[in-house]
Order: sequence, then structure tokens, then C-alpha cells
Amino acid sequence: MVTKEAIWNLLSEIPDPEIPAISIVELGVVRKVDIVDNKYLVSITPTYSGCPALNRMEDDIKKELSKHDIDFEIKTQLYPPWTTDWMSQETKDKLENFGISPPTKIVKCPQCKSSDVELISFFASTACKSMYKCNSCLEPFDHFKCI
Amino acid sequence: MNFSTDFEKYIARLADSNLIMGQRLSELCSKGPYLEEDIAISNIALDYLGQANMLYELLKKAGNGKYSVDDYVFHRNERNYYNLLLVEQDNGHFGKTMAKIFLYSTYQKILYSQLSKSTNDDIKAIALKSIKEVNYHFKHSRAWVLRLGDGTKESKVKIQESIDELWRFTGEIFESDYVENNLISENIITASNTYYDEWSKIVKDTLLEALLTEPENVVMLTGGKKGLHTEKLGFMLAEMQYLPRTYPNAKW
Repeated sequence: MVTKEAIWNLLSEIPDPEIPAISIVELGVVRKVDIVDNKYLVSITPTYSGCPALNRMEDDIKKELSKHDIDFEIKTQLYPPWTTDWMSQETKDKLENFGISPPTKIVKCPQCKSSDVELISFFASTACKSMYKCNSCLEPFDHFKCI
Repeated sequence: MNFSTDFEKYIARLADSNLIMGQRLSELCSKGPYLEEDIAISNIALDYLGQANMLYELLKKAGNGKYSVDDYVFHRNERNYYNLLLVEQDNGHFGKTMAKIFLYSTYQKILYSQLSKSTNDDIKAIALKSIKEVNYHFKHSRAWVLRLGDGTKESKVKIQESIDELWRFTGEIFESDYVENNLISENIITASNTYYDEWSKIVKDTLLEALLTEPENVVMLTGGKKGLHTEKLGFMLAEMQYLPRTYPNAKW
């Protein structure tokens, strides 16, 4: 049997299907890896309850772990509810470099770093983001909502 | 399909209201007044469907897996749907859609904040998850009520008409009946009739700020929680359920 750490490492290689700059572990979707009855139990949690990417993430986990002949099961857990507080500073930096303003209280343009920005809509290309416009460089951009 | 316990009956009400709300809003996908709003409405619809899914999963668990989530959604008829009458009303124009989301999300904010204290861990988890989403539905729709009410002559007339038209469906939200009694004594839920004061205050304040008038002396319609619906629901279910009923083994 491979170690738990090895499982975490494999999971860390799986990119978020909508934001490939970060992994599903960095996003905070993978909550736990336990060993139950000689099997790995991977617990995942949805970012938003209707997020269509969750099924895709589940499929990606299945694909990755099956490649290594690992006996596992995936469980969805709702509590504690997913929060952007689980993202590390490193993950937030990756998002910013990718062109998405990370979930921080003060919203800055990921392009020119100006904080002279304007909210266009609470909702954007995915449920977890809102839409902003930068008044300095005039570029529109996505902001990861703090929830 | 009948629900045998009060717990299942209560969860079915919440699940059905979210499903019908989400299905109704999804009719507007690609028909929004402009791109950003189209995306907003689709996102809100998705949240409602997601919340409905969590509640149907809980229903499945309560029913020991006898029925699947798809069974609940596609194989129940109108009289076995227990959603609020408000949510099955058609989208109408944009103002009416926003008025509906506003009236419903104001109630949901209160509901979920109460349920987040539930002694039932599943309900608590669903409530804590959902309330984060509902806060955005509320902020978004409230902003539109203010903008349309305090907007042009035409927008003011239209949003006022929408509030007037939907008002008769709001009384039912706060009706408590025998289904709730045991669940309340076990601290699983709180009574629907205790939500009214807070809801009324938020709605009143918003209408005032939007320069709109609160409807008075309205006769309230009721029945959704007992499976008695307006003529709108049947058409919607017929469309939604057609495919899985006609082709039972159809796969995506």
C-alpha cells in the first residue's frame, strides 16, 4: 500500500478543470485522505453547491488514482463549508499571475495592480468569481469572491 | 410516491422550492438582457439546483435509498410536489424575475440562518453551505429592485406591478402546519411563522428605499406545501420530465 503522503502528492498534480493554474488540493476541494478497511477514502467538498466542475474533479481523481492501482473511494462532504480562507498565500499568488484577482478584501487589478477598480457584476464566468473593471488600465478581470 | 415521515415532508418542501426556482430561472439562460446579467441569472439558477440536489440527497438518505434523486425530480406528479407557489410563477419580464428572486432570497437568508443552528448535522451543513450563496442572490436582486424602483418612469411602474402581482404568493411562506411541529420540538428546524417579522422588515425597508409601495389588503393564496398548485407548475413539469419519462434509459 502506498503512503497517504503519496496519495496527497498525486492529488496535488490534478489541476482545477476551470483554473488550471492551481490544483484541486490548493483550491481546498480535497479535504481528507483516510484509510478505511484497507482502502483510501478521499473526501472532497464542492466550492459552490451547484458547481459543475465537481463531477469533473471526481472523474479526474478516479483517473489519476486508478493509474496507480490504488484501491479507493470518493466521498462528498459538506461540512465544514468550503471557504476561500483555506487558500494559501502561494495559491493566491498563482491566481494573480494567472490573471485572476485572488480572494482578498481589497480588490486589485491582476494586470496593473491598481486598486482603482469597479464592480461590474457579482457573478462571472464561474459561480466562484465576480466581474470587475480596472479604471487605471481599463482591463476587465475576474475576482475570486471571498466566501 | 408518498413521504412517510414529517422530516421527509419538510425536506421535500425545501428541495422542491429550490428545484422549481432553479428550473424557472434556467429558462432565461441565453435570454438575459445583456451578457453579464445572463451569466448572473444562470449562476443563480445553478446555485438553486445545487441546493436542491443536496436536499434530495438528504431525502434519499432519509428514505433509506429507496428512491434516487432523479426519481424525486422526474417521477413525481404535480400533486406530489410541495414547492411554494411563488417559485412556480413564470419569469415575466426582467423586473418580475428580480422581484421574485428578491422576495424568495430574503426568506432564504432567514431560513438558512435558522437552520444553521439545527440539531441535525446534515441540515446544518446544507444551511451553512447555502447561506453563502443566498447572500449573493439577495444582494444582486435587492440592488435591481432599488435601481428599477428609483429608475425611470417605466421601470418604476413595471417593478411595482411585479411586486403587486407576486405579493399574494408570499403569505404562504410563513405558514406553519403539523409537519413542522415535531421537528420544532426536536430543534431540527424553527417554525416558518417566526420568519415573518424579519422578512417583512427587510422587504419594507427595501421598498421604501426603492420609492415603491408595499401592497395592502392582499388576499393570500396558499396550497403549495400541500401539493395544491397554480396552473403554472403542470406545464413546467411536463417539459422538465418529458425526456426521462419518454426514454427511461436515456443517458447523456
